[in-house]
Amino acid sequence: MATDTTLSPGFAEPVFAAQHTFRAALMALAHPGRIVSVDPALEAPPPLDIATAALGLALLDHETALWLDGRLQTAAAYFRFHCGCPVAPVVGGAQFAMLADLRALPPLAEFRQGSDEYPDASATLILQVDELVEEGPLQLSGPGIAGVTRLGVGGLAAGFWRDWPANNAAFPRGVDVFFTRGSRLCGLPRTTSVRS
Amino acid sequence: MSERDHMPNDLTERRRRWMGVLARADRAALERTWNALPEQPAYRHLRKAESGLVMLRGRAGGSGQAFNLGEMTVARCSVQLRDGTVGHAYAAGRDLRKAELAAVFDAMMQTTAATQIQGTLIEPLAAEIAARRAVIGRKAAATRVDFFGLVRAQ
Amino acid sequence: MYVALKGGEQAIDNAHGWLAEARRGDPSVPEISPAQIAGQLSHATDRAMAEGSLYDPELAALAIKQARGDLIEAIFLLRAYRTTLPRFGFSAPVDTSRMTLERRISATFKDIPGGQILGPTFDYTHRLLDFEGAAPQPAKQAEEGLSDTMPRVLELLDAEGLIEPPGRSAGGEIGDVTRESLEFPARRDVRLQCLARGDEGFLLALGYSTQRGYGSNHPFAGEIRVGEVTVEFEPPELGFAIELGDIRVTECELVNQFAGSATEPAQFTRGYGLVFGHGERKAMSMALVDRAMRTEELGEAVTAPAQDQEFVLSHCDNVQATGFVEHLKLPHYIDFQSELQLVRGLRRAAQSASTAVIKEAAE
Repeated sequence: MATDTTLSPGFAEPVFAAQHTFRAALMALAHPGRIVSVDPALEAPPPLDIATAALGLALLDHETALWLDGRLQTAAAYFRFHCGCPVAPVVGGAQFAMLADLRALPPLAEFRQGSDEYPDASATLILQVDELVEEGPLQLSGPGIAGVTRLGVGGLAAGFWRDWPANNAAFPRGVDVFFTRGSRLCGLPRTTSVRS
Repeated sequence: MSERDHMPNDLTERRRRWMGVLARADRAALERTWNALPEQPAYRHLRKAESGLVMLRGRAGGSGQAFNLGEMTVARCSVQLRDGTVGHAYAAGRDLRKAELAAVFDAMMQTTAATQIQGTLIEPLAAEIAARRAVIGRKAAATRVDFFGLVRAQ
Repeated sequence: MYVALKGGEQAIDNAHGWLAEARRGDPSVPEISPAQIAGQLSHATDRAMAEGSLYDPELAALAIKQARGDLIEAIFLLRAYRTTLPRFGFSAPVDTSRMTLERRISATFKDIPGGQILGPTFDYTHRLLDFEGAAPQPAKQAEEGLSDTMPRVLELLDAEGLIEPPGRSAGGEIGDVTRESLEFPARRDVRLQCLARGDEGFLLALGYSTQRGYGSNHPFAGEIRVGEVTVEFEPPELGFAIELGDIRVTECELVNQFAGSATEPAQFTRGYGLVFGHGERKAMSMALVDRAMRTEELGEAVTAPAQDQEFVLSHCDNVQATGFVEHLKLPHYIDFQSELQLVRGLRRAAQSASTAVIKEAAE
């Protein structure tokens, strides 16, 4: 299907931008709850936020199946064009999942959990949230955090934080999460405990 | 398979042909044509020129089980003209500038500039490709074994 | 177990400096260029591309120059470079029946539709070293090109029902050893991929062994073709297939005897070889070993090395092979110290045992 009439450009400098974004993602997961920025000079096609688009462009390739929720369906053509990634028809078939309609977030257990031998074969979730601030009501602790990190995330259903301890308990299996808003992102690996 | 098999599309076939010619072109020929244009169109990159790989396939026995034969380097580029026309190029090799020019010409071939580009670039290149193939054919034919040749007795 | 050692940086820098000087050779002799290598030593670049599993004549030539002509070193360079490039997708299977033929011969029938085309071959040269190196004359051209009808020779046998068909696709994903580890038993698609990128010398020896009785199957060269084929690829954003260019390949179809079994009638069976560039020896060896590895599938007993797919496929990749062989040059100082102590200990034990025997005898 020729869908090239609605394509948006990707990174202006693909190599450097991908490296910069990867570095940001790495820092975000190494210091859970720390909010980092990606380069705002990216023409992300709505409804994708810049950070969501940047993570996709940096991390997706021809072998990483991507699942998109109802609100982000139009991004499929964008990522297929720039990254060559397959689009997963079902949640369980994805290595990466991008969601903006967070009330309709499927249970975490439905995403790929990885295995004991290959825990990295799990899904990474990129959740585009309504609000992402330091010093919020959430208290994060665990590897990479000295003491406690405070974080505020808006738009998630309450069920997400109720499910999260089960994700912790599944270690080494489980999923990892990025929250994105605008050109900022933060990481929540499966090892981080959260008190809401 | 491709759309083409279900909906015979003359434009698709013509585009296939000129893209194949551009893929085989010398970068120098593309640069010459570009520099000789009375008006060089403005364009922006949708996907900057990059090189990558395509895994080539063969078939056992020529028509049986498909298998991965090995990879080939490929340069590709996607551009958009001011009027919104999108041009794509994929060519064997790693010549990024060639891929960029080929993508621009692919876009121009979808506009009113087509006739000019067809005449000054596509047709001459296609003729060169055909001529090269014809020479190979004649050289090969000269090495065909003639088991029953008669030699004039002297 | 490997333990990190520090030091040696200066020695390594100096070694690289000497390597560069040695690579250049006598400065009064003109420096060789990749263009010369690609143009005038094309069989070398063809082999580097085939076993590097990367079709790019310019890159292959550069690798050969950098490797000072060591082809496996050049292949290593190409394999390493290839890991830096993203994959855009897969081509359609190349159509060798629409090859721009340079060479096309058959040893099974003398008169074949379209004729026996010799092409630029070494086969009839006298193998005398040429000291004169006379300037070449332009190749002769016939009045007309080749016939439009150059059918596959094996199709002639197929029409009589005397040869097994080329076979259908087994279905499912086509295996890719560059993405998944090799597991046994390996399907034919994976076997052919391994053979196509496998070491020519190893496969030549294995092929030779089948002819000498180690799993022989009376092969005949049904057809060998050399020439360019078009590469077709369908970019998802276009929705139709386009041509990326042309590549030279060598295809070999061998015909082998098969007496038949409880389920199959007597018929000829096939061996298939397909390689990048002009590489008849490699393509023929690949076809011999392909047929040998089909032994079990055809209901015959596995008796010879070439028929043992685990043996063949585990050892045919020369980068893997040289990696393990040459790794012996890495420091194994700690391992060796413990070996040394073991041997000394055994010696001492043996000596005190014999001293004890002598003492006892004396008492």
